Amino acid sequence: MSKSEKKMMRATIPEEEYMFPGTVDCQGCGAAYAMRLALKALGPQTMVVIPACCWSIIAGPFPTSALKMPIYHTAFETAAAVASGLKAGLNIRERDATVLAWAGDGGTFDIGVQALSAAAERDEDIIYVCYDNEAYMNTGIQRSSATPWGAWTTTTPRKHPKDRPKKNMMEIMAAHKIPYVASATVGHPEDFVRKLKKAKEIRGTRFFHVLATCPTGWRSPPELMLELPRLAVETRVFPLYEIENGVYSINRKPKQNIPVAEYLKVQGRFRHLTDQQIQYIQDHVDETWELLLKKEKLGRLF
Amino acid sequence: MSTVKVITGNHAASFGARDSRAEVIAAYPITPQTQIVELLSEFCADGTLKAKFIKVESEHSAMAACIGASAAGARAYTATSAHGLALMHEMLHWAANGRHPVVMANVNRAMGPPWSIWTDQNDSLAQRDTGWLQFYCESNQEVYDTTMIAFKVCEQVLLPGMLVLDAFILSHTYEPVEMPDQELIDEFLPPFDPPYKMDLKDPHAFGALTTPEWYMELRYLIQEAHEKALVKVREVEKEFGETFGRHYGPLELYRCDDAEEVILIAGSTASTTKDAVDIMRKEGRKIGLARIKLFRPFPNKEIRDIASRVNKMIVIDRNISFGNQGIFFNEIKASLYQTKHTPPVYGFVAGLGGRDMKIDDITGIVKQAETCNIEEILWWGVKL
Repeated sequence: MSKSEKKMMRATIPEEEYMFPGTVDCQGCGAAYAMRLALKALGPQTMVVIPACCWSIIAGPFPTSALKMPIYHTAFETAAAVASGLKAGLNIRERDATVLAWAGDGGTFDIGVQALSAAAERDEDIIYVCYDNEAYMNTGIQRSSATPWGAWTTTTPRKHPKDRPKKNMMEIMAAHKIPYVASATVGHPEDFVRKLKKAKEIRGTRFFHVLATCPTGWRSPPELMLELPRLAVETRVFPLYEIENGVYSINRKPKQNIPVAEYLKVQGRFRHLTDQQIQYIQDHVDETWELLLKKEKLGRLF
Repeated sequence: MSTVKVITGNHAASFGARDSRAEVIAAYPITPQTQIVELLSEFCADGTLKAKFIKVESEHSAMAACIGASAAGARAYTATSAHGLALMHEMLHWAANGRHPVVMANVNRAMGPPWSIWTDQNDSLAQRDTGWLQFYCESNQEVYDTTMIAFKVCEQVLLPGMLVLDAFILSHTYEPVEMPDQELIDEFLPPFDPPYKMDLKDPHAFGALTTPEWYMELRYLIQEAHEKALVKVREVEKEFGETFGRHYGPLELYRCDDAEEVILIAGSTASTTKDAVDIMRKEGRKIGLARIKLFRPFPNKEIRDIASRVNKMIVIDRNISFGNQGIFFNEIKASLYQTKHTPPVYGFVAGLGGRDMKIDDITGIVKQAETCNIEEILWWGVKL
């Protein structure tokens, strides 16, 4: 895509709503907004598979449902496997639907990674969205392998915060050579919707890594639901990019060098960090960004 | 025209799934089951069977994928054994509680450690409370037949079903298996059409969080479905017998008409026991065999009927519930509690981890039951 095209593009978010209001999410929940956007983009011919995650609650207790689409609630580690079976069952009966597996970071990075990796290796015809709120938020803020270095959670107390970097799920999924891998955030709705619309037209496994604000777990003001992920992108903590058939394209290259401290300081989960620790995070973010720029320059990588 | 093939128990399971027209198969290899899904993958590849075969990375995902397929309204099938079945455990609950009539063959294999690939019943019996129907087969023919019987019963009551065959004794042993005309099978087992499925035109949320206000009612309905399943098994087996000439029943009685003693056992050891019964009969002993084919739902009525007609029951378990006794032994005793006629019931634990069960073992057990203390666990053939 050329620069002029990028400037021209104004993705329109469809007006149709497929999610009912009144869902039981926390104030300023990014995960809830992410679903609302995803269904707008994918449209009514969608079936949703939800493993254990915040969305097991947000979708509403029996006999209610927050979505106008069919939902299959399943066990924690099985979103990709159930979605594969669902798609196969639809295919054999010559029925069609976009099968959307919708999991949190625990169900994707940790307990569900085996089934997800296998589904991607088989190139199952599913869209898998990981809404990443960077910890086990539904059980009360325990660290996952998606929790960033230095963050407080209830299992990484301030005296011993997370001492390993966030797992790079984008690269893990790209290594499966699936047709489409994209990062997105709830702070960039048009970008997310555009990517989902594109993914809908692709066959095979399509993976989304969506940064979803969690004011409860991040100890951040709910009104920063859109602002925080934007800051994550502007500080390059969470780059927006796509890997389409092995070609990397970075969707947003911040012109200003905003230090990561700007992103960290508004979140209680990073409050304990020393200047030295913040510098360590900055160095890591810079290195990862440089590597990403190099990958984009290399052209087709698989 | 029906055809007869000389095949292993494993391939009898594969042909059973093929002729039942399974639509989605998701499976993972494990000894001694692997041949079941190998042959099915060939059927899918050469178009003999119009089905999607999902080559998953674990048994847990195999069951998850079968559940997804069943949620789409398709007929789903898998096969496993021992550790594979144990890994599936969570999803066995999910399949039953989600009311998905998935059918699975489980090759009875002992659990490790130590590693063992030989037969015993602890793998399947450990799944007793998951809500699955369980059918224990005696022959390769029965494995083939029970696949379609299981699908028919399960789809009527919306519960999953497991047919069980012994490792190697059935799984890898060749026997002639008669396969009826596909047209007749199709008549017996019409296409699956569940009342609820993932449907864009009729959207539902399946398995959503349910508060104490309704959870118990959903469990009540599963128990009710099991009770219905017991009736259905009898009906469907009768229909199967009328159509194809073979009848098994939840509790198969062998030479029980005038029996004073009865041996109760499940699986292929029943064949050996039939020979042992014949020998003991020749010696003048009025003994019979009641083969437990159906374990869940448990055929209480049939068990009580036979108990009311004999003076002694001898249960042989190729399994043990540690800290208590043989599992069939316990189930049978529970079934007889507070019934009018309860003969003494002797429980033997034998043949674990594939230890051979020969005619002499059966006659030896019957002999030991004459003198042993009914209060103890009766271990047969332990070298300690």
